[in-house]
Amino acid sequence: MSSVATLPASTASVRIRISKDDILLRTGLVLLIGLLLLAVVFPLYTLLSKSFEDRDGEFVGLQNFREYFETPALFTSITNSLGVAISVALIVLVLAFVYAYALTRTKMPFRGLFRGIALIPILAPSLLAAISLIYWFGNQGVLKSWLFGASIYGPIGVIMASCFWVFPHALMILITALSTADARLYEAAEALRTPKWRVFWTVTLPGAKYGILSTGFIVFTLVITDFGVPKVIGGRFNVLATDVYKQVVGQQNFEMGAVVSLVLLLPALVAFIADRWVQRKQVAMLSARAVPFQPKSDPLRDRLLFVFCSIIAFIFIAMLAMAAYASFVTFWPYNLSLTLNNYDFDLMDGGGWEAYYNSIRLAIYCAVFGSGLIFLGSYLVEKARGVTWLRTILHLGAMLPLAVPGLVLGIAYIFFFNHPDNPLGFLYGTMGILVICTIVHFYTVSHLTCLTALKQLDPEFEAVSLSLKTPVWRTFRKVSLPVCLPSLLDVASYLFLNAMTTVSAVVFLYSPETMLASVAVLNMDDAGDIAPAAAMALMIVYTSAIFRMFHSLLVRTLNRRTQVWRQK
Amino acid sequence: MKKFINNISQLSRGILGLAVGLMLAIPASAETLTVYTAVEAEDLKRYAAAFNEDHPDIKIRWVRDSTGIVTAKLLAEKNNPRADIIWGLAATSLMLLQSEGMLQPYAPKGLGKLDSKFRDSANPPSWTGMDAWIAAVCVNTVEAKRYNLPTPTSWMDLTDPVYKGHLVMPNPNSSGTGFLDVSSWLQIFGERGGWQFMDNLHKNIAWYTHSGSKPCKQAARGETPIGISFAFRGAKSKAAGAPLEIVLPKEGVGWDMEATAIMKGTKKLSAAQTLADWSITKKANILYNKGYAVVAYPGVAKPVKYFPAGIQEAMIDNDFEFAAVNRRRILKEWQKRYDAKSEAK
Repeated sequence: MSSVATLPASTASVRIRISKDDILLRTGLVLLIGLLLLAVVFPLYTLLSKSFEDRDGEFVGLQNFREYFETPALFTSITNSLGVAISVALIVLVLAFVYAYALTRTKMPFRGLFRGIALIPILAPSLLAAISLIYWFGNQGVLKSWLFGASIYGPIGVIMASCFWVFPHALMILITALSTADARLYEAAEALRTPKWRVFWTVTLPGAKYGILSTGFIVFTLVITDFGVPKVIGGRFNVLATDVYKQVVGQQNFEMGAVVSLVLLLPALVAFIADRWVQRKQVAMLSARAVPFQPKSDPLRDRLLFVFCSIIAFIFIAMLAMAAYASFVTFWPYNLSLTLNNYDFDLMDGGGWEAYYNSIRLAIYCAVFGSGLIFLGSYLVEKARGVTWLRTILHLGAMLPLAVPGLVLGIAYIFFFNHPDNPLGFLYGTMGILVICTIVHFYTVSHLTCLTALKQLDPEFEAVSLSLKTPVWRTFRKVSLPVCLPSLLDVASYLFLNAMTTVSAVVFLYSPETMLASVAVLNMDDAGDIAPAAAMALMIVYTSAIFRMFHSLLVRTLNRRTQVWRQK
Repeated sequence: MKKFINNISQLSRGILGLAVGLMLAIPASAETLTVYTAVEAEDLKRYAAAFNEDHPDIKIRWVRDSTGIVTAKLLAEKNNPRADIIWGLAATSLMLLQSEGMLQPYAPKGLGKLDSKFRDSANPPSWTGMDAWIAAVCVNTVEAKRYNLPTPTSWMDLTDPVYKGHLVMPNPNSSGTGFLDVSSWLQIFGERGGWQFMDNLHKNIAWYTHSGSKPCKQAARGETPIGISFAFRGAKSKAAGAPLEIVLPKEGVGWDMEATAIMKGTKKLSAAQTLADWSITKKANILYNKGYAVVAYPGVAKPVKYFPAGIQEAMIDNDFEFAAVNRRRILKEWQKRYDAKSEAK
């Protein structure tokens, strides 16, 4: 290709013929852009236009917004939401940073185990933490006295439960941020006899600066858009996310729901832009000459951190264990004998065992179709020749879902797919719409994972196969796909776990036939059946854990077969 | 080239597979009725099974939610209705739908046998009643003792500051039980007195729940000492072993009927009529009696275990017309006053 570029323009126009490969790739690009338009852009546009309409669909300008901003409850919700999101971001940032530091920069024992325990919340819906807290600190809680008379129903409970479920998200970013360190800086500091605390402030922290900022933004967005936790344990404590839920599900006031979700989109959007800006700043921390940092042992520090990590890990296990125990209790707190009755989901509100099977179905569809589609998309963005503008559009389209909270996406889908004139309306109320919505909801992170994997591949592969006249799909199948397989499996696993645990988008889209386990947890808690809700949440945890184990086994086997070339 | 085509055909097969997969997710049975309901989930299976004993050819597809939500859903879908028939929704909600012209009047076979209170007075009626559900206060005796709470005997008792933070009631915007409470207080205490009462009550409420059964279930678990809920739920929780006392406040208790109505414009009218016919049979009423003390078919009602005595006398002379006509206004006012959950200081 590079030789083409140096030729005079007149010959170039003759030489650059659009090959069959190009047609294939460009058709793919256009098709995927079309899909993203249908699944992201159009629904969001419908949401926006709906917020300017009254119940009969007449355009009323800003009237809904005026009405909404005149509600006295609104500002309480805004300050509550911001207060909780900022507190959680700060608390989690400090805790997760120390935890990540212990895992990456020390010789503390049992680092692998601690890492595994800290990732537990990813296997569970966010509601599990709230349910477990009710058993620990609720009015009949085992440790109620520890709150000194304060109620767990309210900001305390919301903050505690949120810290639990966002912790692993923060931890993973911080581990990545702290893993990339240049040992030469530390050697220099040591040679200059810089005190350790000073090294920490001048080398370690600045090195992880962008990771820390990014974590803050992500935690903030996750918390401000989550409504499962405040719904279960918020009591009278209103936040924006529960306002949306109340407007749409409680009162079927969709126009107002559209207004609140736009209000909710704002902080999420700001956090998204800020995060992107931070990401761009973070270029090549590690130059080619960097020497990987090897932690040395430091008995006192390692012991202190071991105690710290043990406390956190203990809390995590206690959260899970309490929910697990409570799910077997006959009638808390008056009859503590054990029973399986709470697992008899078919006799309760919430969709029964069918909901559980539906969730597994959804998770499998998302993992299979989602990872395939997303990988194809990132491949086209990375490898299509020419047509830079098409590739940029597709990439931007793939980045967009990260800025859209699941809640907002779900409502946008109602408007778009339930519109009487939409030919895609047949999807409404089916498993199909849940699959599409979930894939879109978690598209960006998967896209970025695939993109990173593809970027590791030298573009020479394509150039060589072009000159050998190998069709592009063959290079795709023989080179790109096998090399990226571990990342692809990671994406599939990410989609599976999220599909099992997500509530925020699908809660607006499920129908009686497509009831999901995570939604069932919410509904059972809603009806006051908290023990069965705990039981269903645990079924999700068990399933995710088994899937996760299966995944790591598969990756290990495959790595042995396809990734041998990586070893030098 | 051949491989290229092969590749394309593989791709299209994949897409076709996806499309077929999506299509399969759509149920396709001609004799499936979409039935909207607010009946307790644990009863739905029994209802459908009993109906299918007599009519195996009609499948029921339940859409269940709280009264307020089903009502709001039906109203929201007014121009694009998805329900064929409503079986088990508050009569006040059905009267509201009737005033919106959304119901198909129909006189089910055997209508004459019903208690005349349990039907729309028009002929043919737009809705027919099934049973009545009645407000009650669930008091957890263990917790009441722990917090030194006297057992309330009247609604007014509940405004006593000793109960501050110990009361839970359903949000009338989503719960039918919550709405019948509010509408009954407005009838008992009058418009001004009613709101005054609720202002005072609000000071004692710990939180408002989404569903009408949750306050009683929470009281049963001791999560709150007192839950304003309905009698049937209290009886059930008590039967499950909860230390509950079911109190009927002496001013009288609100109640509402569960009723059946056919949606105007349903494409499955004859199946819907079959279900409506069946819904007022003696057999159906015996079924309703499992959870409801008062049913539409005279002479069927047998006492329900743990159901509070004297409930028939405690039921207020409910003005359904008032409740239905003023539903929207009452709910809006309630929301304005109390939905800002964090207490005004």
